[in-house]
Amino acid sequence: MSNDIVKFEVDGKPVEGRQGQMIMEVTDAIGVYIPRFCYHEKLSIAANCRMCLVEVDNAPKPLVACATPIGEGMKVFTRSPKAAAAQKATMEFLLINHPLDCPICDQGGECELQDLAMGYGRDVSRYTEKKRIVKDKDLGPLISTDMTRCIHCTRCVRFGEEIAGIQELGTIGRAEDMKISTYIEKSIDHELSGNIIDLCPVGALNNKPYRYSARAWEMEQHPTVSPHDCVGSNLFAHVLRGTVKRIVPRNNEAINETWISDRDRYSYEGIYSSDRMQSPRVKEGGQWHEISWEDALEKLAQTLRESNGEKVGILASPSVTIEEAHLLARIADYLGTANIDHRLRRRDFSDQGEDAQFPWLGCDIADIENCDAVLIAGSNIRKEAPILAHRLRKAAVGGAKVGFANSEVYDYYFKVAEYLAGRGLVEQLSGIAVAAAQGKKLTSAVTDLCKGVKADKQQKRMAKMLKDATHGLVLLGNIAGRHKAFSAVRALAASIASTTGTRLGFLSEGANSAGAHLAGVLPHRRSGGKTRDEDGLHAGEMLDADLHAVLLFGLEPDLDLTATEDAVKKLAEQRFVVAFSPYTSDALDDAADLQLPIGTFAETAGTFVNCEGRWQSFAGVAKPVGQARPGWKVLRVLGNLLEIEGFEYLSAADVCDELQELLGEVTPDNAYRRKKALRKPNGEDAPASDVDIPIYEVDAIVRRATALQLTPEAQRLRSTDP
Amino acid sequence: MSDADLLSDHVREEINRWTVRFPEERQRSAVIGALHAVQHENGGFLTDEQLNAVADYLHLPTIQVYEVATFYSMFQTKPVGRHNVAICTNISCMLRGADDIVEHVEAKLGIKLGESTADGRVYLKEEEECLAACCGAPMMMVDHKYHENLSKEKVDEILDALD
Repeated sequence: MSNDIVKFEVDGKPVEGRQGQMIMEVTDAIGVYIPRFCYHEKLSIAANCRMCLVEVDNAPKPLVACATPIGEGMKVFTRSPKAAAAQKATMEFLLINHPLDCPICDQGGECELQDLAMGYGRDVSRYTEKKRIVKDKDLGPLISTDMTRCIHCTRCVRFGEEIAGIQELGTIGRAEDMKISTYIEKSIDHELSGNIIDLCPVGALNNKPYRYSARAWEMEQHPTVSPHDCVGSNLFAHVLRGTVKRIVPRNNEAINETWISDRDRYSYEGIYSSDRMQSPRVKEGGQWHEISWEDALEKLAQTLRESNGEKVGILASPSVTIEEAHLLARIADYLGTANIDHRLRRRDFSDQGEDAQFPWLGCDIADIENCDAVLIAGSNIRKEAPILAHRLRKAAVGGAKVGFANSEVYDYYFKVAEYLAGRGLVEQLSGIAVAAAQGKKLTSAVTDLCKGVKADKQQKRMAKMLKDATHGLVLLGNIAGRHKAFSAVRALAASIASTTGTRLGFLSEGANSAGAHLAGVLPHRRSGGKTRDEDGLHAGEMLDADLHAVLLFGLEPDLDLTATEDAVKKLAEQRFVVAFSPYTSDALDDAADLQLPIGTFAETAGTFVNCEGRWQSFAGVAKPVGQARPGWKVLRVLGNLLEIEGFEYLSAADVCDELQELLGEVTPDNAYRRKKALRKPNGEDAPASDVDIPIYEVDAIVRRATALQLTPEAQRLRSTDP
Repeated sequence: MSDADLLSDHVREEINRWTVRFPEERQRSAVIGALHAVQHENGGFLTDEQLNAVADYLHLPTIQVYEVATFYSMFQTKPVGRHNVAICTNISCMLRGADDIVEHVEAKLGIKLGESTADGRVYLKEEEECLAACCGAPMMMVDHKYHENLSKEKVDEILDALD
């Protein structure tokens, strides 16, 4: 629509914008920088810092660029003497109460206030009066405060209200006495709260664990990808002499926008946990000894050569890189075993033939915002994938109806359309399926499951909500994936999706379930989803089988497996267990015979395939701890020792390229094709509390991140432990 | 037990009178009215528990109630005396001798502006800006009631009459 276009001038150059845009939006788009503190493109406009004053022709006084709508024929001057004088004066006021303690401030060198004072302020301060001091409140283990430095831009306050959905910080008092505070002493609790550190334009809110440990200009910045959930948030690692000092977000509008979860930000502490394995270790006569890599790998190769190939089992974490997954699958192939799996927390494998070929969300991450109705079943989504929960919140705030079906009730900071709780997932979903099929025939897979089921009012409303949607989504989460009757849950979700005309999506475990599927780290499928002639043992069976050798890759047997209680005992009874792991632990000492130190995500190159099917490769960013080596390199050498053909990879990219070539064009695919009726679960549908893995317990790295373990979220859990 | 249980039936009625005046889901607009009601019943000041109760009753994050309570000078968030004495010291009253009145009251009560008497009878408000009664300057407000054209004798009379 041409009458929506507004033509005006910025610094003498003709510019076009859309009706209703503010000056700042247009100047940002064309690359003309106007100084600002309170304005942030993801937050509402506050216009309280006054730093962005510009001269506008015919306006009697300078105007704020962030809150002045553009008009036809307007002439804006961003660097005219009048604009510059206004900016300089504002800067002088902002600095009145600022302590100017840059030399001892963590923000120094990467501070917006410092930069703008340099670029737009006076060179000498005229202020000789007293400055105010603000007493700090303790905001918990993640965020440090020096509120005397605060310039009251209120970005952190608006973040709470608008992005997190729960306002935890506010402006207390007024005028000279105004301060940003929680008022009463209270930890900041939200799973995205660390983002206020990046938003804070001064040194008032800083990264607590990182505090005083490096200077911004000494560190190198390397791109990487989050290893904790299926989102694959884009990160930058800030590295000082080979050591990761902190993690900050890397903008990617399609995935994490400009945010990351606290789990992604603070988990790096786990990389330097004191229980990192320093060198390969072998158990001899019940005693653990350190040995060289050569001896360790030769011993492993020897054991594998002497084993009956079919009697080898491989368990890999769902967060292994796709390179590691591919090499593990190739080694399994060479050995002639199909006992390979990454679905460590799954309980129901009965219908695994129907597993999605290339499981995914059902839509792009950014597309969640466009949904008008979403049913989340079996998921504590805020904790499983905080960034997806944020997209979901955006959809809900924009008017989408979001409903949940869970045994437990979890809190959400938006209007929840329906919350089905307290009963088994199969029971709830079969009710919705029956209501959704009204008048139509149910899909044959669920006829037995829905026999005799009558939908209650809530289930009917949920079905109607999905039916009325033009852009609906049925999403199964990790809790559903760990359900004892997962096959029934999935069949019902597929039925609901097909009868309501909505899409079906999955949240998967770890950072790379999709990649592990593609690479064929499955007992019933080879790479690319090709069916095996004969199914191997799945993760639920492997520990009970009599095997010659078991390979554990990137997992802790006492914490990452479903059968956690006796997993260690069962492994100890196996003839030979080798653990590829960044960490050593009592459980591993008991379970394994050989331990090989591999690098964490920061110390290896690799690729994760996220829940929208996006392949994201990253390079190693840090020096490996001790003698740890990237997992793919260890597997490569093992392959060489076993004399497997075509194992001469020179880089992780070689491995990834090989798999990609093997796979050809693959697109995410959740198609559910089962026709045969599933039988009703018999007691397996009872709500189980142990299927919800707490946010800071999901993997070995997070479990060792000290600051995260001190958060109220982690502490709450501890206090309810038996 | 929820935080809102702290509120009396009377206060709840008062708050409800405010909430119905605003559109649905705009109950945040009723915070000032609600705090007035609670403070009035509580003898002139608000406790943290009462702020939490108001937040709970209005379904707001507690911080949004803290913000209002600390912003406005008519809300006291620390215990104060039960009679609120606010002497205007703005321009008209100042020109008509407000400073002498303040001095007199401070000496009489033995406290400074911003303090309460030891017996909890009188709170001398820290600062009072113009109350729009310049025609009767100097003036003061005692428990929401205006007293104009003050003299030392008149002030004595008013203060002595307080229970």
